Amino acid sequence: MSATAPEITIRTQGVSRSFGGVLAINKVDMAILQGEIFGLVGPDGAGKTTIMRMLAGILAPDSGVISVDGVDVVRDAEVAKRHVSYMPQRFGLYEDLTVKENLFFYGELFSVSRKDRLARSKELLAAAGLQPFQSRLAGQLSGGMKQKLGLVCALIHTPRILLLDEPTTGVDPVSRRDFWAILYNLRESGVTIVLSTAYMDEAERCSRLALLHAGEIRHCDTPERLKQAMPGALLAITSQDPRALRALIADRPGVLGVLLMGDRVHVRVDDPSRRIPELTTLLAAQGVADAVITPAEPGIEDVFVALVGAQTPL
Amino acid sequence: MNIRRIFALAYKETLQIWRDPRSLAIALLMPLMQMTLLGYGVSLDIKHVPVCVYDQENNQQTRGIIGDIVSSGWFSISRTLTRQVGIRHAMDRGDCIAAIVIPANFSRRLASTGSAPVQAILDATDVNTTNIAIGYLQGAIGEINAGIDAQWAAAHGIQPSQIGQVDLVQSTWFNETLDSRNFIIPGVVAVILALVGAQLTSLTIAREWERGTMEQLISTPVTALEVMLGKLIPYFVVGLVDAVFCLAAAAWWFKVPFRGSIMTLFVTTALFILVVLDIGYLISVRIRSQLGASQVALLITLLPTTLLSGYTFPIDQMPAPIRALTFIVYPRYYVTILRAIFLKGSGLADLWAPSLGLLIYAVIVIWLAARAFQKRLD
Repeated sequence: MSATAPEITIRTQGVSRSFGGVLAINKVDMAILQGEIFGLVGPDGAGKTTIMRMLAGILAPDSGVISVDGVDVVRDAEVAKRHVSYMPQRFGLYEDLTVKENLFFYGELFSVSRKDRLARSKELLAAAGLQPFQSRLAGQLSGGMKQKLGLVCALIHTPRILLLDEPTTGVDPVSRRDFWAILYNLRESGVTIVLSTAYMDEAERCSRLALLHAGEIRHCDTPERLKQAMPGALLAITSQDPRALRALIADRPGVLGVLLMGDRVHVRVDDPSRRIPELTTLLAAQGVADAVITPAEPGIEDVFVALVGAQTPL
Repeated sequence: MNIRRIFALAYKETLQIWRDPRSLAIALLMPLMQMTLLGYGVSLDIKHVPVCVYDQENNQQTRGIIGDIVSSGWFSISRTLTRQVGIRHAMDRGDCIAAIVIPANFSRRLASTGSAPVQAILDATDVNTTNIAIGYLQGAIGEINAGIDAQWAAAHGIQPSQIGQVDLVQSTWFNETLDSRNFIIPGVVAVILALVGAQLTSLTIAREWERGTMEQLISTPVTALEVMLGKLIPYFVVGLVDAVFCLAAAAWWFKVPFRGSIMTLFVTTALFILVVLDIGYLISVRIRSQLGASQVALLITLLPTTLLSGYTFPIDQMPAPIRALTFIVYPRYYVTILRAIFLKGSGLADLWAPSLGLLIYAVIVIWLAARAFQKRLD
């Protein structure tokens, strides 16, 4: 981050949009700074894609103002599109074209010079690990490779703003790591990145997050501050049968929330020093002998559930 | 407008067409197939009309008359009957559409009175065929009469030229053999190009919507006009190849005389293909599913083109309101143009009116299509 205060690259004010009378986005205000990785986090149907499409200038809001890179997107969408790259949730490249041909096509659409295109595609393909597959049809790539190709095509013209709609959904861990390595590099060079995700671990990598629920932004801050804002403290309890455990604990006094996390449950309590002994006693009395209670660091999922009051899909 | 983007789109589209050999084959073979079907199937000439003959007299003279009728080429004898009721049976079974009855006293009456009747009975369920058959019969009888006159004259030592008579000397221009195929085939070419052309482009935008590539495409700075031009260029080439196929088949296979200039043919054909492709494109822009777009393209091209383009039903014969309607049926201009180029050898100067019609059409459709393409999801 530079020493001077970073500029606001994307701003939305009172943006609403409904589909067939159903309100999908309700008065969204955002200010996204230059060079940050801004995450839109929320379950399916929260309105992530709708917001991304409106930022990309391919969907008009019913009301409100959107400015991207100083351009009024609602009025001058075509001007804004010159410096924005948008990667839709569904694979948007041509499956019957090869990796190289897709790159050529998007390079030409943005009038990238031949020299720049070759240099840049070489560098990007290497970073994405796609170099050996240049002559392969995009339709024959794996899910992870497709998404990386999408990113490479989106970056071929060196955009100032990158909009990624659930870019790593269905992507294997290795590809995801490549993906994020490229994103971190971009941030270094001052590119503003907005991405939506339903993956909470991915959300942690963002510089700032907007927690989206039912078309509204409920909270917006850095992951750390969001965690600090979470009321109560978190305990992790491991057990053979976490479902039974959850049922047992859910309605106890002082328990603010219980979240099933694989083989454990996350229990949010008002006062750990008082509740840990209570829960230990309870579990012993109920014959749950294998349970181990430890204080835990909250993840974004815990924070989301605590702050938004809704269950995320994961 | 950015030429690089247009070429990038055209190149991309070409690759996609090339990698889909099945649809390419359909695009190129379909017109030839339709050409064969329509070219052979549609003919307004009636040759070898099946007739039954009931010759009650059956002597050398009456057999000669029947022989003359058959030798005109328009009729062929399907049955020779010996009883009157046989006619009804033969017609019921569809063995014949006409019956020729020569009465028993034919020769005697002809010799004594100088005239004798030949009865023709016609199955008038198909009025058109019946009328044509009557025409042919009258022609054949006329020839026979002339022959009889000549014989009589010769027998009485009079030169045929001395018999006072008025001869109609027909001279048919442009389609000297009066072969309706020469008239129909150019129309068939126009109809096929109109159908196939609209089908070609009706899928192109709809496919991008269905496959999800449109969402990314419209997020780039590409303009509506660039998308249209880029997509039309490769299909224009395919359309021209189709046109070459059909026109070559018309000239060499169906032997329609070609008297015009290749240049005039090229210019007008290119203009027509442009209109036809853009109609398909416009449909594709408005209807975002491939199936729907293809059906609409078929619907709005097939009926108007076959009924109102004048390719089988003469526009001059239509009631005034329908005739007015044909002005928006763009294939009518090309039907007129093709017939004139093929049969009359007309040049662009002669064909300015239908060419202008096509040009106006092209401008309007391009304008509509460019406007209809919105770089928005809603």
